[in-house]
Amino acid sequence: MISKRLLLGDEAIALGAVHAGISGVYAYPGTPSTEITEFIQSNAPEVRSRWCTNEKTAMEAALGMSYAGKRALVCMKHVGMNVAADAFVNSAITGVNGGLVVLAADDPSMHSSQNEQDSRFYGKFAMIPILEPSSQQEAYDMMPYAFSLSEQMRLPVLMRVVTRLAHSRAGVQVTTPIAQNALNPDNERTHWVLLPGNARRQYASLVEKQPQLDKSAETSPYNRLHTANNATMGVIACGIAYNYVMENEPLKRGISVLKVSQYPLPEKTIKEFAASVDTLLIAEDGQPVAEEQIRAMLGAEYNLRGRLNGALPRMGELTPDCVGAALGVEATTSFAASNGVVARPPALCQGCGHRDVYDALNKVAAEYADARIFGDIGCYTLGALPPFRAIDSCVDMGASITMAKGAADAGVHPAIAVIGDSTFTHSGMTGLLDAINDKANITVIISDNLTTAMTGGQDSAGTNKFEAICLGLGVEPEHLHVVTPLPKNMEQITQIIRDEIEYKGVSVIIPRRECIQTLNRKLRQKRAQEQ
Amino acid sequence: MKKDIILSGVGGQGILTIATIIGDAAAEAGINLKQAEVHGMSQRGGDVQSNLRLSTEEIYSDLIKQGAADMIISMEPMEALRYLPYLSSEGVIVTSSHPFKNIPNYPDEEALYAALNSLCSVSILPIEDLAKQNNIPKCANVLLLGMAAKYLEILSPEQLRESIKRVFSSKGEKVVEMNCQAFDIGLNSVK
Repeated sequence: MISKRLLLGDEAIALGAVHAGISGVYAYPGTPSTEITEFIQSNAPEVRSRWCTNEKTAMEAALGMSYAGKRALVCMKHVGMNVAADAFVNSAITGVNGGLVVLAADDPSMHSSQNEQDSRFYGKFAMIPILEPSSQQEAYDMMPYAFSLSEQMRLPVLMRVVTRLAHSRAGVQVTTPIAQNALNPDNERTHWVLLPGNARRQYASLVEKQPQLDKSAETSPYNRLHTANNATMGVIACGIAYNYVMENEPLKRGISVLKVSQYPLPEKTIKEFAASVDTLLIAEDGQPVAEEQIRAMLGAEYNLRGRLNGALPRMGELTPDCVGAALGVEATTSFAASNGVVARPPALCQGCGHRDVYDALNKVAAEYADARIFGDIGCYTLGALPPFRAIDSCVDMGASITMAKGAADAGVHPAIAVIGDSTFTHSGMTGLLDAINDKANITVIISDNLTTAMTGGQDSAGTNKFEAICLGLGVEPEHLHVVTPLPKNMEQITQIIRDEIEYKGVSVIIPRRECIQTLNRKLRQKRAQEQ
Repeated sequence: MKKDIILSGVGGQGILTIATIIGDAAAEAGINLKQAEVHGMSQRGGDVQSNLRLSTEEIYSDLIKQGAADMIISMEPMEALRYLPYLSSEGVIVTSSHPFKNIPNYPDEEALYAALNSLCSVSILPIEDLAKQNNIPKCANVLLLGMAAKYLEILSPEQLRESIKRVFSSKGEKVVEMNCQAFDIGLNSVK
């Protein structure tokens, strides 16, 4: 049965995966990938879908499901790939049993991220096939294709999308679901036990598979050529860049287009295409991954244009405007930007407990000549902005505790870490153990709002377990405090912070109050039920 | 036929609900649609926008080109002006006149109104006051959609009203009724 549905890119991916017969989705929330797992949680009860503690545990659990013969999807934002990388790269060495698709959602222009790393590098690094849909329809269609490819090649497949596809809605034709795989654990231990002797054989097998991967990309239904008459210029349009190219009507302008949505880059097709035109523009969202490789294929003499030579901006998301300019399309702006418009940065919600935490921290920090507050990833990163201007760093998940430790080791005092509850279980616990074992002179604030708030209020892995976790890791009971971040408790909270800064060792203070967004949502639901 | 629309406002003002209603109506009518949304950090009180593209032809880009938008529909007057470079020469602005001041350096309101009124096709109304006066304070966004319905062309007011009924049906009859009322007030307020 075929029907049409209006779906976000993320939802199209989710539904495609469900219809491809996945038995599990494994993920940690991260913009712009979060809605994939949320959609599966609300629409496919037959699929295991509980949130994981971090991207590495997600990747490994998915590999376990694949080992058992069933299909599994792993989803994460691009920086999550760094966390999952150990398991991800080695999953290409073990290979897979049931189909395994890793979905990485990149964020060019850093709408909600701290860098714009391109996950296609990871796919190339691991030597596995990469798929990059250009539309919501392709995102849906590619899921069954990706799982078949994974099982056929016996390798994980990386699917890479960008924010603009993940968070854009369009009509999608959906088809009949296929059944889940039966339980069928792999018996080939030499594939899975990566002792050096086995790993060498497995790596050799991965290298031997590369020509098959090339062939699959050369004949992929997702890599297509559109030829214009007497074209002298060509465009290689990767993933979503294809849309920005087509929006500018290249064929009417005598420009041919090679759409690339499956990698490794189809070298033979690209060389033939390059020979048929004088100039090639490489349009790709993210980093110049394809451009660098195509430059190597065609040689330094070939007239190649793209992000590296300035034809397209070196960084930031592509737009139909910048791609148009690179194709020689004249801009037609009618109105200049209004000079009365000022920036409106996001801010912590009114009534949010993090606000009270920063009020208290700022008050105490002001009493010291050089207090340093190391922040982390989450809503509370907004404490860097006015009116708080409270944090001195924010680097990656968990870095607040470990950076505070390193700075304290170097002599910084007070060295204070601020980390959220979900970020703490994601990557903060191991760093806290380091600090405890080394008796580092730091004060750790675990600002617990009982949810993963920044991404919209998903379950937080450590809820109701933080005191036990801290004590278990070795925090001394007299230096572990739980407080309620409310203005009326300001006196008590500031005094505890003062005392614990003066304690020469690890202290943990847990301000705990539910996120105002999830609280309001629950109250609304309750009221709706009562009506 | 095509309509490229920029929806703008401040996180939490309900622009995605407007997008949902138009999207549902378009899907029902068999019109192609692409709608790029903002999720994540900006939703915490920052400026938000959605690019909504409707067409009887195939739509490629999820983003609207500069100088190509047929409409800007905004829940906030300064946010309407933020996207001016995207408006086409014949484009229309439909906006709330009520400033949302969550920043210390919010510009002078009279200057904002002057900038808006200097443009040729602008519909500007105190939608929040109108919604409050009619005892439907939570429906200001749908009232704004009613104003915009006058210019949408590719979808009729009737098609949008039907979509409102579908979108809000799970929230009960009373909510549907209030939103239909808001829509009609908006629609009738534009000459």
